Amino acid sequence: MLKILKYSFYDLIRSRWSYVYFLFYLILGFVLLFLNNDVSKAVITLMNIIIILVPLIGTIFGVMYFYNSKEFTELLLAQPIKRSSIFLGQYLGVAGSLTMSLVLGLGIPFVLYGLFKSNAIFDFTLLLVTGAFLTMIFTALSFNIALSNENKIKGFGYAVLLWLFLAVIYDGLFLMSLIIFKEYPLDSFSLVASMFNPIDLSRTLILLKLDISALLGYTGAVFKKFFGTNQGLILSIFMLILWTILPIWRLVYTSKKKDF
Amino acid sequence: MIQVENLYKKFGKNEVLKGLDLNIDKGGIFAVLGPNGSGKTTLIKSILGMVVSNKGSIAVSGISIKKKWKYRQEIGYLPQIANFPGNLKVKELIRMIKDLRQMPSEEKKLIELFQLEPFLDKKLSTLSGGTKQKVNIVLAFMFDCPLLILDEPTTGLDPASLINLKELIQKEKAKGKTILITSHIMQFVAEVADEIVYLLEGKIYFKGSIEQLKTKTNQTDLEHAIAAIASTPAHA
Repeated sequence: MLKILKYSFYDLIRSRWSYVYFLFYLILGFVLLFLNNDVSKAVITLMNIIIILVPLIGTIFGVMYFYNSKEFTELLLAQPIKRSSIFLGQYLGVAGSLTMSLVLGLGIPFVLYGLFKSNAIFDFTLLLVTGAFLTMIFTALSFNIALSNENKIKGFGYAVLLWLFLAVIYDGLFLMSLIIFKEYPLDSFSLVASMFNPIDLSRTLILLKLDISALLGYTGAVFKKFFGTNQGLILSIFMLILWTILPIWRLVYTSKKKDF
Repeated sequence: MIQVENLYKKFGKNEVLKGLDLNIDKGGIFAVLGPNGSGKTTLIKSILGMVVSNKGSIAVSGISIKKKWKYRQEIGYLPQIANFPGNLKVKELIRMIKDLRQMPSEEKKLIELFQLEPFLDKKLSTLSGGTKQKVNIVLAFMFDCPLLILDEPTTGLDPASLINLKELIQKEKAKGKTILITSHIMQFVAEVADEIVYLLEGKIYFKGSIEQLKTKTNQTDLEHAIAAIASTPAHA
């Protein structure tokens, strides 16, 4: 598996898109720090971008890489290599290189600006960790979609729809249900509902760590009580890990049964 | 070398292999023939483990291949359509496959034989079909595998390379290897094959030497014999 990972990783590192993605974060990091002049504020702005953009890039990169490396995969399938190693290796190659672009691209400007001296270091680390999780989750989901759809256009469409659903539509439905059922106590419902969407989960996790939950009113207080504690943090991280492992497991399972 | 028993494979509603039984002994060149869509490539891919069969068993060197991958160490495979990752150079591709297989290889001789030196530093996406096929041949032959599976090896080759390929196949046969070939070029089959395996509608319709096939169909050349075989009753 490590060899496949190595080749996929090098293949991606050499491609132009990895650089574009890396440079984008690098520039974004510098610009935000320059405009905000404050690490904490930059982290908040950054969160809003990361929460939407990271899943989108993970999804599109995942689907594109999977379809583009069809020949590579077929070549490997005839070699004495385990099937699960081929797909896990490719997956980790994509997710790894995307995560690296993200961490390095944002890490460099913040470290240069004096991150280690500021007290936002924990928030910033949390931001990068959730960013890494989101990359892993959405790359895994998109690999699943691509594996189950031979038709590229369909696969691409489903992947984008999935992103749109989790990033935008889910929130809409969530909000509507809150309005419709506003007569009822909804704290636990909204807590659970945000657990079922990795994007919402990450957003809530970061927002509440950033001490701006006072703006969120009563629900914010309930959320703060939950997410603000270590228990809540551990549970959220656990949910994110679950969100990562389940699609990877399905990827391995489906790939074993597929014909090439 | 290869034992296939009662093999079934469906793609959706399309039943490709319907209870196929095949026994291939060690050593010799076997030509797998059959009309388009008769299941030749599916059979080959099943042996390689790329296609997962619905029913039946396959054994290579006496060991069932189900859920295994190490047995592919013994197989050199030449796919029908040479699809390679386009952004790699020929040199890099060969190095990569060597790295993945970790076996002694003799790619230098083959590169020389097919005059591929000028292409080593070119990207695979820029190569012509014939040159790609030559790279394909190098990859399939460079390891010392007891079983070689060649799916349409002659596609796109110029006459000189075709002669080289035939010599190469004979040389490998002399080493006692088992070679499985599919081809639609009957002249090529007649020249190299020791035995014919004829597939029709997902089953083995005929298995035997070229001479047996000719007597069975009352034809004097292989091309006509193959064309006539489907119209003669089985076990006649």
